[in-house]
Amino acid sequence: MSLATIVARAEGLYRDLALHSVREWKRRSGGLALGYMPVWVPRELLHAQGVLPVGIMGGGEDVEIIRGDAYYQSYICHIPRSTIEMGLNGSLEPLDGMLFPAICDVIRNLSGMWKMQFPGKLSRYLDVPQNFDPAIGGRFFRAELLDLARDLEERGARPYAPEALRASIAAYNENRRLVDDLYVLRRRAPWKVPTYELYYLLRAGLVLPVEEFSGMLREYASLVEADSSRQPMDQARVLVTGSFCEQPPIGLIKTLERAGCYIVDDDFVQVHRWIRGDISLEGDPLDALVRAFLENAVESPVRYVGDRARGAELVSRVRECGAEGVLFCAPSFCDPALLDQPMATRAMERAGIAWTAFKYAENNGQFQVIREQAGTFADSIKLWSGV
Amino acid sequence: MATPSPSSAPPQKDSSQLRQKTMIAEHYSRLARAGETGDKNVYTFVPGNLTELLRAFDLLPVLPEINALQSAMRGKSREYIALAEKLGHSEDVCTYVKCDLGMMKSGNVGPTGEPLPNPDLLLLSYTGCFTFMKWFEILRQEYDAPVAMLHVPYQAEGKITPEMRDYVVRQLRDEVIPVLEKISGRKYDEDRLRELLANSARAEDDLVAVLESAKHVPSPIDAYFGGVYYIGPIFTAFRGTQEAVDYYRLLRAEVAERVARGQGPVTPDGDMGKERFRVVVEGPPNWTSFHQFWRMFADEGAVVVASTYTKVGGVYDMGFRHDPDHPLETLADYCMGCYTNLNLPSRVEMLARYIREYSADGLLVNSIKSCNSFSAGQLLMLREVESRTGKPAGFIESDLVDPRYFSAANIKNRLESYFQMIEQRRTGAGA
Repeated sequence: MSLATIVARAEGLYRDLALHSVREWKRRSGGLALGYMPVWVPRELLHAQGVLPVGIMGGGEDVEIIRGDAYYQSYICHIPRSTIEMGLNGSLEPLDGMLFPAICDVIRNLSGMWKMQFPGKLSRYLDVPQNFDPAIGGRFFRAELLDLARDLEERGARPYAPEALRASIAAYNENRRLVDDLYVLRRRAPWKVPTYELYYLLRAGLVLPVEEFSGMLREYASLVEADSSRQPMDQARVLVTGSFCEQPPIGLIKTLERAGCYIVDDDFVQVHRWIRGDISLEGDPLDALVRAFLENAVESPVRYVGDRARGAELVSRVRECGAEGVLFCAPSFCDPALLDQPMATRAMERAGIAWTAFKYAENNGQFQVIREQAGTFADSIKLWSGV
Repeated sequence: MATPSPSSAPPQKDSSQLRQKTMIAEHYSRLARAGETGDKNVYTFVPGNLTELLRAFDLLPVLPEINALQSAMRGKSREYIALAEKLGHSEDVCTYVKCDLGMMKSGNVGPTGEPLPNPDLLLLSYTGCFTFMKWFEILRQEYDAPVAMLHVPYQAEGKITPEMRDYVVRQLRDEVIPVLEKISGRKYDEDRLRELLANSARAEDDLVAVLESAKHVPSPIDAYFGGVYYIGPIFTAFRGTQEAVDYYRLLRAEVAERVARGQGPVTPDGDMGKERFRVVVEGPPNWTSFHQFWRMFADEGAVVVASTYTKVGGVYDMGFRHDPDHPLETLADYCMGCYTNLNLPSRVEMLARYIREYSADGLLVNSIKSCNSFSAGQLLMLREVESRTGKPAGFIESDLVDPRYFSAANIKNRLESYFQMIEQRRTGAGA
């Protein structure tokens, strides 16, 4: 398969809001498919029970909001209204239910709306602990996961079995390594891995079975490594942050790249990289999954940081990826991102890292202002820094 | 743009309000003297507050939400919010947070004009509102104060499971209490906590009697505008104290007297005239134009007979009481039972029940820009309640403490239309 074919397939899956691939998977396998919202859910557990986890990141720029606006006031972010819209217009019909992880009050309340609006489907809020002591938060989370497993079993999924979970963890470990490898490659040679292509792949990974997604990542990586036609340009290396829930339109990502930025780190579609590194295959696999969440998850505005200073990890990430600046790129009305931002920007200033900030909605179609802002920012780094 | 208030007369207060004012003034005065007396204080939030536990350690609660709303009522929130936005806080986020930050940056002068002490501890009871977590992360950096985190699980399935209770109790026992011991220099005394919890239950009985008095026709109270005064002591610094027990006994007697006399509520302009409309209100009030907002109802003869905002610091009218026999478990259940920690189907059920039990004419939603915990989903809730009760619902928008989002003319127009709609439904003119 050629590079263009892989990217086209990934883009096709990204734009397939009616979830044809999920319908086809269900027809083939007879299994359940469970949708989930950002930022993270334990896909390993679903996979172990024969359930296809399907990431729903809102409707993006391709869904026309007809009824969704009747559910939300103008000062609430865009992702819940496009998600409700897709529920109402039948796009999400192949899903047997939805999981709403604890991110913010809007997504939390959406879980209750889903219960009222779609009473025949499983609608479950996933309360992830903000206490990271294994004997306290871990104990609670383990019970929460077992309860989820029972809910899935009641809907026809396989019962939870530790050995199956161990195998699923192994499959996702491999997948995380492949995603991480691509991030490392992009960091090393961003011209080889344009972010819009990487983004299409990550989105395709939300609807494909993990094994198939891993195959796609392997093939893409080997082709771009071998492609000598992709040559470096004089672009500024930037880290993009704030886009962990409602996703930026693909046009925005392309705009940033065209404006002279190489994105060398980001928090797009974060479910693929929420857990850092492998989850242990030793001991009780459910405990291992819980421990990975408690002890080895990325720092995020939706996760309590305890005594650590907000922004410190972002500074480390900037250093690690060799970024020359940070783009704070958050959706309008996103409480977690926007409440976090003043703390993070202060950390940037203390560390002497250049930054700029702008907001978007998933359905934005005009990027001229952002292009000028990002272009000026890139110029300031490339032309004027160190002057 | 806000229009001038129709009456320039000072708001009238009944005796329980005056008593409350004294209690609160004394509390703030004690906080202001903390530097001299050595009293330690804990900043915490109204929903899921652990006042009895703090009081058991002789710690004084400070509620930043209350400071913010008081700033709004004193006309200070505009400048505080502007200052926070100038410092980089987004116009999109909660105005309580920005008002509090602006107040802090302006010298941290509290509602009584005296300075508030810096926190000895930030007790982050993460109950029913995601913003709380970010708010105290911000304050931790500003004050360089220690934080004790209590994560309260959400009642997503409309019930409290043993695992949820166990999670909260373990956090209280193994993490929160040791921090309180360290800050206060005192050992945890469970017998003292039990005494305070018993006081809470007594005051809660009287509060419920007051709230349920609105089932009378005419209602002797306004359970939203008046209600925010009634919940003041129990939602803030006084739950568990003898002062709160005494206050609620007085209030209950006062309200019983109004029932016996067939009187309606006391409004900012004195006794309300004839009761024409009985409504249930969902959502917090606007604080920047609070009395003007109230008058828009009172002028129409509209009384709020039940409200959800008066349940954010505890839902007592559905049967919950603090139980001194199970001190940590009851605190856990209290936290998990606060209104914004309930899922949307439970909220709809509560609203429909209020409409039935309080013989209300309809539901009015005051949707608050700042507060997604309340606002996200309110439009669906409105339609559900309408369809279950057959009563008309109305919708207005404002904000907690940002005066830029209180458009008096728009709100007044919408309220007048809504009351006309109720009238038409009654007379069948709209049929």
